[in-house]
Amino acid sequence: MKLFPMVAACLLAGPVGVASAAERPPPGASSCAGCHAEGAAMGAIDGRPEAEIAAALAAYRSGTRPDSVMGRIAKGFSEAESQAIAAYLARQGQP
Amino acid sequence: MNTTRRALLAAGASLALARPALAQAAPKVVVIGGGFGGATAARALHRGGLDVTLVEVNPTYVACPFSNEVIAGLQPMAAQRFGYEGLARAGIRVVHAAATGIDAGARRVTLADGTTFPYDRLVLSPGIDLRFDAIPGYDEAAAARMPHAWKAGEQTLLLARQIEAMPEGGTVVLAVPGNPYRCPPGPYERASLIAHVLKTRKPRAKLILLDAKDTFSKQRLFQSAWATLYPEQIEYVPLAEGGQVSAVEPDAMIVRTDFAEYKADVACIIPPQRAGRIAIVAGVADRSGWCPIDPVTFESRLVPGLHVIGDAAIAGAMPKSAFSANAQAKVCAAAVIDLLAGRAPETPKLINTCYSLVAPGYGISIAGVYHPAGGVLADVEGAGGISPVDAPRSLREQEALYAADWYRTITRQVFG
Repeated sequence: MKLFPMVAACLLAGPVGVASAAERPPPGASSCAGCHAEGAAMGAIDGRPEAEIAAALAAYRSGTRPDSVMGRIAKGFSEAESQAIAAYLARQGQP
Repeated sequence: MNTTRRALLAAGASLALARPALAQAAPKVVVIGGGFGGATAARALHRGGLDVTLVEVNPTYVACPFSNEVIAGLQPMAAQRFGYEGLARAGIRVVHAAATGIDAGARRVTLADGTTFPYDRLVLSPGIDLRFDAIPGYDEAAAARMPHAWKAGEQTLLLARQIEAMPEGGTVVLAVPGNPYRCPPGPYERASLIAHVLKTRKPRAKLILLDAKDTFSKQRLFQSAWATLYPEQIEYVPLAEGGQVSAVEPDAMIVRTDFAEYKADVACIIPPQRAGRIAIVAGVADRSGWCPIDPVTFESRLVPGLHVIGDAAIAGAMPKSAFSANAQAKVCAAAVIDLLAGRAPETPKLINTCYSLVAPGYGISIAGVYHPAGGVLADVEGAGGISPVDAPRSLREQEALYAADWYRTITRQVFG
């Protein structure tokens, strides 16, 4: 029965409709939308290129891109965490 | 993994296995409290595919961030009010009623009219209640004379009217409680903006700031700005110099400390606080009046199956702010979704940013990054802190702009 793999997948994934683990934002990423939006001075970041976001976070963290607020926040994330956040944000807002 | 989390994960897994997936509806989550925490949680849980009911007694939410600007006449009250139509449009069931009972055993919430809602998980975002038993003389009746304005709404407008009507050479007394309380820098922003009104419109008037502690959030930034902007307006009295209010006499407009008696034309008394009433009813508040939580899931350490976010939670180093509530709500919602799907929740990191306006076009900020460590939410070393004390005026202007944009962004995101 062709449907069986889907049924089995649903059973394994838990209750119907509950979001899958793959959609989970990496640590810290869900906080970003508190400030970053279209039209705000902080600017929207959803859907921006991954490399651009990662480079910006690295520059804030090292202090080569001066910014009062993001400098303080970026220092709380490792390079790997920043990369994961960049990849996640880049995926948002994409069709 | 601690015993409680292991047991709960097992419970979550058995819940998933006990019900045939195709025959069941989405798991039910009830969220109580529709502020920055609760409304954000409701949206995130709904997006995660859960059946969400948001229980909020008020038909309109009145935001506390920027309410100090309303008091100073810099922001219209209309900009603080938000309806719940946006959440309803998103597909969230919004019920405007008071939650009066929680049966954690039967997993059921009871509303004032007797309606009950079953839940698989319950998220509480009840905010704060003011402790009207903490300062002799300061009860609910006294607040009509000496507003706290610490829950935005009529109290905000009352304080604004009192300052407007105050005599030219009058005295404002502003009393600040000890920690913890909602919005740590809020009283000092309020002092700053009232001082701005006095300086520009009643230059002979002054503000006496009575503080029940000796140190406070963004202290160096505030005090440096006061020395420059309001040297004639603000008189700061810390705990060590007798700043703790011991009693008030609202009829005579007198505020007492152990050392002095202050006659006020306007008295704003911010009393000590505790978690909102439903947290007490639910049994999730401890003797401190606040709610201990697991820093990964925000699940109550006292009542399994209940999660507490926002001002009511004991969130370790994270301050009680709207930004914190919003960040916690998303982490809590992700954990609830994971638990209901039988997955282990991911260890989170959370951010808080908080702006204060010292004067129009003059903003300051504090930021922090937090992670679970030692059973609490702790500061990530090396991150966070306040804006530079010796910053040029252009940075103050930028932070004032950021503050206004943050408010627009967060309220649009939360209330739609």
